[in-house]
Amino acid sequence: MAARHHRVGDQPWVRRSLVGLALGITLVLLVIPLVVIFYQALSAGWSTFAGNVMDEFTLHAIGLTLFVALLTVPLNLVFGTALAWSVTRFRFPGRKLLITLIDIPFAVSPVVAGLLYLLLYGRNGWVGSWLTEYDIQLMFSWPGIVMVTVFVTCPFVARELIPLMQQQGSEEEEAGVVLGASGWRVFRKITLPNIKWALIYGVILTNARAVGEFGAVSVVSGNIRGQTNTLPLHVELLYQDYNVVGAFASASLLAGIAILTLIAKAFVEWRQSRPEHPAPEKGGV
Amino acid sequence: MSVSSQAAGAAPARRRFGRSKRVLPGFGLSLGISLFFVSLVLLLPLTGLVMETSGMTWDQFWFTVTDPRVVASYKVTLWTALAASLFNGFFGLLLAWVLVRYDFPGKRIVDAVVDLPFALPTAVAGITLATLFAQNGWYGQALAKAGIEVAYTPLGIVVAMAFTSIPFVVRTVQPVLEEMSPADEEAAVSLGASDGRVFRKVIFPSLWPALVTGIALSFTRSLGEFGAIIFIAGNTPYVSEVTSLMIFVRLQEYDYAAASAIASLVLMVSLVLLFAINIWQGRYLRRLEGR
Repeated sequence: MAARHHRVGDQPWVRRSLVGLALGITLVLLVIPLVVIFYQALSAGWSTFAGNVMDEFTLHAIGLTLFVALLTVPLNLVFGTALAWSVTRFRFPGRKLLITLIDIPFAVSPVVAGLLYLLLYGRNGWVGSWLTEYDIQLMFSWPGIVMVTVFVTCPFVARELIPLMQQQGSEEEEAGVVLGASGWRVFRKITLPNIKWALIYGVILTNARAVGEFGAVSVVSGNIRGQTNTLPLHVELLYQDYNVVGAFASASLLAGIAILTLIAKAFVEWRQSRPEHPAPEKGGV
Repeated sequence: MSVSSQAAGAAPARRRFGRSKRVLPGFGLSLGISLFFVSLVLLLPLTGLVMETSGMTWDQFWFTVTDPRVVASYKVTLWTALAASLFNGFFGLLLAWVLVRYDFPGKRIVDAVVDLPFALPTAVAGITLATLFAQNGWYGQALAKAGIEVAYTPLGIVVAMAFTSIPFVVRTVQPVLEEMSPADEEAAVSLGASDGRVFRKVIFPSLWPALVTGIALSFTRSLGEFGAIIFIAGNTPYVSEVTSLMIFVRLQEYDYAAASAIASLVLMVSLVLLFAINIWQGRYLRRLEGR
């Protein structure tokens, strides 16, 4: 008897039940939680929502969060690009180890990350005690928050760039150099256009995590309202104060950023999948 | 959907870096920045932990990390992380399969929303799940009728861990499914093998390394998760305290030594897992890394 289908799971009933199940779980686990955030934030009406968002401490938390992201993203952009360039364009001993090392922040618990910084730069740490003599305090103030955020988000740009740059190879860049272009010119004119979308994607992910980091920041921040309280910490404070509607108002702002992140990601992927130079010529050097 | 790149294994992988001379500039600068950054941001902070724990005697260290409340937290963390990552193994495989194999309305939205747990701050995920699963919440009410309590029990920890690590399995399995050549599968099907048999004998053997990687990543992430968990777990000592919370609790007691001791253990486990996963990926999933 000839089979009616060619591939596994092609039968309509299999397809329908698998799609149905996947949609059901997605709805329950992902979509409804997202809806609940906004539902809760607005449960006491728009004016309460606006009041919660315009609250003095909320505004300060928003400002601090944006400030931290603004410092973190460029730092990790430079680091990620430099790292991706060095490990994909050159071979050197320890290259594999370097690629593994940058994954450390993904494997380490955020609380442990915060603790590492607290132990080193806190009053009793060997760097911290030295800094204290000069009256510099990094922990329990904004520099500490920036430092742990840089730690937690440093793999994102590099992780996006490395596979792409490895796949693209370096023929085009080498051709540029052989033809006499300077290194920076090659980077700007050849590399950058090729990695543009992956770079943007890396920045989006870095930003999303920088804005939302909780565990590591909560260890080093000290949670001082109006001073070292980032938006995620503010959410926690309000929630512990039984101000659920207020907590969800702040949470909805973060959820809004998350939704923008997802849209930007979908857009970048769509752009990446479109070939920018049709049929790239694979000419050797 | 046809994939323009050559099917895995069909074309011999080209060696792109075979040459010995460096044509491109910027080696010193880029490696310099990378090494400086890695040393300063990733490695230097480890010295603080080493110094703090080396100040303890072995007995003190052992006493701290085998404290019954801490040991209870290891147990809770391990089994909940295992449960969450296994759940994600099934659900992630299902989602990846559906996204790669079928067309259906809303597919793009599902594909985008899969990444929500990575985009959404963990604290937001935590209060949202806690609200949904609380006794008067939308899910909590329904589950209460079935006699299941999720919020403020270890089951809540599983839910929070599963939520925050869903994308790992989907995103590791998806590219492998996309690259899979249909030829073997079609041959097996046309020779009359049942779907279940083809899945087990043809599809699964090329899928499982990616699936294991995804589950391992999900497990590693779950072990360290903090933000999403503390809101829904109830944090009852001996029952629903996870190890990252234990570290946090010791810190709030200003017991830096104890926090460091527990943290060094946790750090060791995560580093071993990280290196194991990387070696595993290097061996089985080279194509994911872009050859």
